[in-house]
Amino acid sequence: MFRTVKNLSCSKFRYLLRFNDLGSNCIDSKRIVPFSTSSLALKDEKVKVCFVLNDGKRLEAEAKIGDTLLDVVVNNDLNIEGYGACEGTLTCSTCHVILKQEDYDRLPEEPSDEERDMLDLAYGLTDTSRLGCQITLTKDLDGLEIIVPETINDARS
Amino acid sequence: MTFGNLRTLNRFYSANNYTKIPRVCIVGAGPAGFYAAMHLTKNIQCKIDLIEKLPVPFGLIRYGVAPDHPEVKNVINQFTKVAQRPEVNFYGNVTLGKDITLNQLRQHYDAVLLTYGAEKDKTLGIENENAKNVIGARHFVGWYNGLPSNKDLEIDLSCDTAAILGQGNVALDVARILLSPIDELRKTDITEHALNILAGSKIKQLYLIGRRGPLQVAFTIKELREQLKLRDCKTVWRPEDFQNVINEVPNLPRPRKRITELMLKSLNENETCSISNNTKMFKPIFFRSPKKFIINDKNNVTGIELTCNKLEGENWESQKCIPTDEIEVVNCGLVFRSIGYKSIKADEDVPFSNGLVLNERGCVIDEANELGKLYVAGWLGTGPVGVILHTMGNAFQVAKTICDDLKNKADYSKSGFAEFKDIVKDKTDIVDWEGWQKIDKFEIEEGKKRGKPREKICSVEKIIEIAKSEFNIVKDNS
Ligand SMILES: Cc1cc2nc3c(=O)[nH]c(=O)nc-3n(C[C@H](O)[C@H](O)[C@H](O)COP(=O)(O)OP(=O)(O)OC[C@H]3O[C@@H](n4cnc5c(N)ncnc54)[C@H](O)[C@@H]3O)c2cc1C
Ligand code: FES
Repeated sequence: MFRTVKNLSCSKFRYLLRFNDLGSNCIDSKRIVPFSTSSLALKDEKVKVCFVLNDGKRLEAEAKIGDTLLDVVVNNDLNIEGYGACEGTLTCSTCHVILKQEDYDRLPEEPSDEERDMLDLAYGLTDTSRLGCQITLTKDLDGLEIIVPETINDARS
Repeated sequence: MTFGNLRTLNRFYSANNYTKIPRVCIVGAGPAGFYAAMHLTKNIQCKIDLIEKLPVPFGLIRYGVAPDHPEVKNVINQFTKVAQRPEVNFYGNVTLGKDITLNQLRQHYDAVLLTYGAEKDKTLGIENENAKNVIGARHFVGWYNGLPSNKDLEIDLSCDTAAILGQGNVALDVARILLSPIDELRKTDITEHALNILAGSKIKQLYLIGRRGPLQVAFTIKELREQLKLRDCKTVWRPEDFQNVINEVPNLPRPRKRITELMLKSLNENETCSISNNTKMFKPIFFRSPKKFIINDKNNVTGIELTCNKLEGENWESQKCIPTDEIEVVNCGLVFRSIGYKSIKADEDVPFSNGLVLNERGCVIDEANELGKLYVAGWLGTGPVGVILHTMGNAFQVAKTICDDLKNKADYSKSGFAEFKDIVKDKTDIVDWEGWQKIDKFEIEEGKKRGKPREKICSVEKIIEIAKSEFNIVKDNS
């Protein structure tokens, strides 16, 4: 019983921190935000993205420019099962996403050999597949829609 | 949190104790077990008991994944979150088939999910296979990763040539550990006993022997690329193995195409690369099956007799290898067998055939109606193939079936582990999650002393001792 309450209070605490404006900047941001940045400028640097899950569910989120899609999932606690197992170190491909052709084409960077290597393991690989941990958001990508493919395989005995 | 809040919570949870909720037992705390638990906690209200043979969690993430791949182990953070949920309990050092029977479990749970993996090395069944220095790759992996049952592995690295039979990712892991500069390994959580022996290794040349051709290799491109980039190591392919391969390339699906192109590129670079005195050689050989091991009068392996194969069939995927009369002998003083694994029948009531638990998309079909339903996921159900990603997909799928079945069930009357915890307690020292946290902390501190991320404890007795000790797990927070 005691353990139960202890755990809950911990996650509650984390929840409070995350959704508290003051807390979130120092806890979630990996980059150092310059002290002089006004809150207005920070707001300007946000973009909207939407993850479309395999069952049609849409998860919309606000994201900071410079964040990767994996950061967006983690920082917003988006419920995408198993996403980002290796925490962005290019060793798991659980962050596989599919983009629309025009979005794929306008990404500033092409996938590296290492990213393609990991993509080769993914189910439902398409020509516009990418790894979410390798896509960094730019202003230009505001409104990006991302399809999260099914992870379930067909392995049977 | 205020006192009022706490009281509400208290009420909430004690009220819950009286509401009947489904109880699920998961047997085996590897990726399949944890991923299934993750799916269940997110999709249905239930109580989950995760029982594990070893006194520590994570299965092959801890004891399989190579020490120089720490990033792969980051998934442990996700698993830890699952284990720390109030409705999930971890019971380590509890073995199905020894401390508890499948029948007992099915009497006390609404659903039992078997995820106990595939731990046995497949053998070749050829002459002199029990010679000294013919070693199952999985034992070698267990040895460098600190698996208690492998810590005393007998291995002699004083010869200059070794061979690995098999061309999967585990074969490449073994190759990389043998060929990596030792100072690279020192920074990892490789066990100290393995490090000491590897530091004295005289191996300069390593063969990687496969039955079929370059188009059928089982390793993945990431691992190959890593091997090709290894410092002070040169990869030498046999050009004759690649005859006609180039013609196939345009028609291959993308993953197969890319890995084949990488091999061809490396083959063409063969000539240009420079060799110094301490360059080690990595030599893949194709179209060869082991026929027998050659031994000396001390029963030490000194070589392998290989049957030369040719491939028959149109399609590269289904091509079969046909033995010819030709024989090739490879001289080597050490051989690793890395041709796959099989599961064991952990309990007499596990419906088992051909090294797998018989199942239909994760459901184990049997007639025992009054008992909890039985399911299987991970390597035990799919066979020992694929990476964590694939195990994850399978575990989610089976867990989804469990959810659906439980939601359709009218009443839950099972009591779960609490009922027979006392019986089990008399047979074994149960290590719970708090126990594991102590072990974890202890290992990290031991590692610090040696400049490593962790020094694993390799004795079950010692692990249990630490789990029971007063070792302070909250030190860091103070
Ligand atoms: C050497 C090696 C290296 C690998 N490296 C990678 C890698 O780098 N990246 C990657 O993606 N994949 C890798 N894999 C594949 C990956 O490990 C598997 O996909 C995955 O571990 C399978 O999960 P599992 O839960 O089915 O089995 P396991 O991980 O084997 O888990 C089974 C668990 O059940 C326990 N158990 C066994 N018997 C009993 C019993 N009777 N009662 C209770 N518990 C029991 C075991 O102790 C174990 O903890 C590797 C595999 C191997 C063999
Ligand atoms: S998070 Fe693992 S590859 Fe992207």
